Amino acid sequence: MTPSACDKSAFSTMEVCGSLTVSLREFGCEQSLLSRPDGSASFVQGDTSVMAGVYGPAEVKVSKEIYDRATLEVLVQPKVGLPSVRERSQEQCVRETCEASLLLTLHPRSSLTLILQVLHDDGSLLSCCLNAACMALMDAGLPMSCLFCGVTCAISTDGQIITDPTAAQEKESRALMTFAIDSAKHSVLMSSTKGSFSVHEVSGLMTGKKECAPFQTNKTVNAKPKRPDVTNRLH
Amino acid sequence: MKDTPLSNCERDFLLKAIEEKKRLDGRQTYDYRKIKISFGTDYGCCFVDLGQTRVMAQVSCELVAPKENRPNEGIMFFNIELSPMASPGFEQGRQSELSVKLNRQLERCLRNSKCIDTESLCVVSGEKVWQIRVDVHTLNNDGNLMDAASIAAITALCHFRRPDVSTQGQEVTVYSPEERDPIPLSIYHMPISVSFAFFQQGTYLLVDPCEREERVMDGLLVIAMNKHREICSIQSSGGIMLLKEQVMRCSKIAGVKVSEITELINEALLNDRKARKAGGKCGFAESMPQERITALKKDETPVEMTDVTETANGIIQKGEAAPQTYPELNYKLGYKACKKWDTVLWHSFKWPAGGDVVEISDSEEEEVVILNPEVPEKPK
Repeated sequence: MTPSACDKSAFSTMEVCGSLTVSLREFGCEQSLLSRPDGSASFVQGDTSVMAGVYGPAEVKVSKEIYDRATLEVLVQPKVGLPSVRERSQEQCVRETCEASLLLTLHPRSSLTLILQVLHDDGSLLSCCLNAACMALMDAGLPMSCLFCGVTCAISTDGQIITDPTAAQEKESRALMTFAIDSAKHSVLMSSTKGSFSVHEVSGLMTGKKECAPFQTNKTVNAKPKRPDVTNRLH
Repeated sequence: MKDTPLSNCERDFLLKAIEEKKRLDGRQTYDYRKIKISFGTDYGCCFVDLGQTRVMAQVSCELVAPKENRPNEGIMFFNIELSPMASPGFEQGRQSELSVKLNRQLERCLRNSKCIDTESLCVVSGEKVWQIRVDVHTLNNDGNLMDAASIAAITALCHFRRPDVSTQGQEVTVYSPEERDPIPLSIYHMPISVSFAFFQQGTYLLVDPCEREERVMDGLLVIAMNKHREICSIQSSGGIMLLKEQVMRCSKIAGVKVSEITELINEALLNDRKARKAGGKCGFAESMPQERITALKKDETPVEMTDVTETANGIIQKGEAAPQTYPELNYKLGYKACKKWDTVLWHSFKWPAGGDVVEISDSEEEEVVILNPEVPEKPK
């Protein structure tokens, strides 16, 4: 998987081989379910479920402190076994996305800790982690410049593009891509890809993702009403 | 990250309340918090809520080579993860003292009690056995992680189904769940641990301590028992000295609690089995209730309210001085300030006629208000 952060991409509509079906599984979210963390959320996409907890701004270890910004730490805990390299790469993807949207300069020399616990993995795990992270950061009341959402899509062997694939669909695909898209300008904050695909395919996908994103961010924002008095400091 | 320290007045308050047999959440001495057991999509995934304490247990299996000295037995592996999500004091990776203690206690409770038939996990003697791995993740720590973890672990083991295998000589065929139905583990009994917290050198005891109570306790007694009243493990920590009668009483209480909890677990397992048989989707998204606020719904706390009014009145009377009445209106405002004030408001004030002068500011700032009792002059 090659994580890359690209903040602005201008795409012209190009011919995409295969059809793009923008269909997401049933998803839902619940916030403030844990009493200890400052913010917590549980995001569910079909059968994939991730719980996120946020602590911060809190005291930071002197070795990790940054003089003008907050230090963000992300931990991904798998369901079975100890965290391995795969979890480290997922942590990096989530951390880059969060750092792009959080206003870290408002809390210098503090630490923000985001912990993601995988409750069940049935495909599109990284995008579910991103969505849970965004909801938890909102629940904690941390200042953000924009919301972000994660979308995964898979390109099957015959060129068909499937959004929000299940584990079985992921296994049979030849390429798997996850994008983090912000809510303000619908630009891509982070992309993580696996497998082989052509430039045409990915460009078409980006436009498709951007169509998908407002749908998902709106749904994400609407999923909030579980907590009627939520206040977001969005700048 | 560090956990917030407990202040002295909080500690004193808790100890004093315990001496008067009162608990923060209104429970009685031997009451457990509300236990909620739910299951995930796949077999072997269980969530337990003990009040606000939340843990998740996941059971998985793998075919491995058996231990050298036990070629006919399967392997059980337990792991309690103290996730940093549960408490700011928990650190990732570091094996803290509490982590070691919980892991050891869970192992003694489940492995040494031989509640699972390990010989049935043998596939090919000396070569292939099932390794059953139980991972318990703590999601929220509001006290008494041990009990929640033990309930979650044994419920997940009862819920788990391992794949069916067939052997032909040395060849082993593992069937997927679609080919052949998976088989449950053979469990002899269900040991559940019950925690007792002791305060003031063993004088007072509480069952199922919450996080605050755990911080001020002197010692902890953990008794693991099954519903047949067989003690599976017993551990006393903290250096408190307990009398024989106290230990006997605790074991009797544990017996009662364990039978209640075992009933609850069996009921939950039965409901889950019915739901799966009915073919209902057990996915997480479908199981989340629509249009229902669950997280912020606070359960009603039973609080004793019999003498609250008298106590509150007494406190108020002691704290407040008698309200004074002021018969006359007498003041003089600074020249510039008075222009900005509304004339109507001035008439509604009542100030002391003589004696005390209330001087608000001595500075030369514009908005100065000086009250003098001498001349009842109406300012301009």
